[in-house]
Amino acid sequence: MNITQILFWFLSVLALVSALMVLLSKNPVHSVLWLIVVFFAISGHYILLNAQFLAIVNLIVYAGAIMVLFLFVIMLMNLSADTEPQKNVWMKLAGTIAGGCFLISTCNIVYNAQNVSQEIAGKTALLNQGNIGLIGNLGKVLFKDYVVPFEISSVLFLSAMVGAVVIGKKEKSNV
Amino acid sequence: MPIQYYIYLSLALFSIGIVGVLVRRNAIIVFMCIELMLNAVNLLLVAFSKMHYNMAHLTNAETTVGTEGQLFVFFIMVVAAAEVSVGLAIIVMMFRNIHSVDVNFLNRLKN
Repeated sequence: MNITQILFWFLSVLALVSALMVLLSKNPVHSVLWLIVVFFAISGHYILLNAQFLAIVNLIVYAGAIMVLFLFVIMLMNLSADTEPQKNVWMKLAGTIAGGCFLISTCNIVYNAQNVSQEIAGKTALLNQGNIGLIGNLGKVLFKDYVVPFEISSVLFLSAMVGAVVIGKKEKSNV
Repeated sequence: MPIQYYIYLSLALFSIGIVGVLVRRNAIIVFMCIELMLNAVNLLLVAFSKMHYNMAHLTNAETTVGTEGQLFVFFIMVVAAAEVSVGLAIIVMMFRNIHSVDVNFLNRLKN
């Protein structure tokens, strides 16, 4: 078991435990902080897969921008106390059973694809090598083959910005 | 690393996100669980991209197969950022009107 495998298992366990803690925390601020830990673990996975550009962008966009926005909104609303009302325990049980059924059924599909039909048997993801995740290669493909979606995404950002301002604007009357 | 480990990890993260959306009442936590599900999909896309690259570069060392998978992750991040800005604006407006972020109050759209 070399260092790469040890890191893989460590990051996987870290991501799963932190994702569970996002659910189980009563305080929304703690949930945000655990979600940042999940994003760091996933960025570690990207670095293991040698997708360095995505690792950095994941940290900057998700852990940097989006999570700060969440924290800002939570503190703006003063939600840090556990204001969540107690919910029906049967609803919680039903939600957990539904998610568990999804997990079991999809894991069964993967198990069959590996052991029965053997479609993914022996296929491995290349770790620590390969230059397709480097920024030069990604930039060439992005600006050669995917220029139109790139420009359309800028229009999407503009419309999202205008929409956020319009929605968040203080209404004068008829509330 | 065998690809099925990445698939199982992504499925587990995605299921945790689903359970969070179904169980929690706080609209902000529901929103964070949606982000968690998006990240599980991103991780799986990158893993599959490296899997295809691994199979292709055995025959051709200069291949760039699998770059598109990582570009899709980039576009998913772009859309997620736009989604978060609009969604948090909606949550703020909802808090301003009903002074709560409980999704139970949203069971009817009018009044």
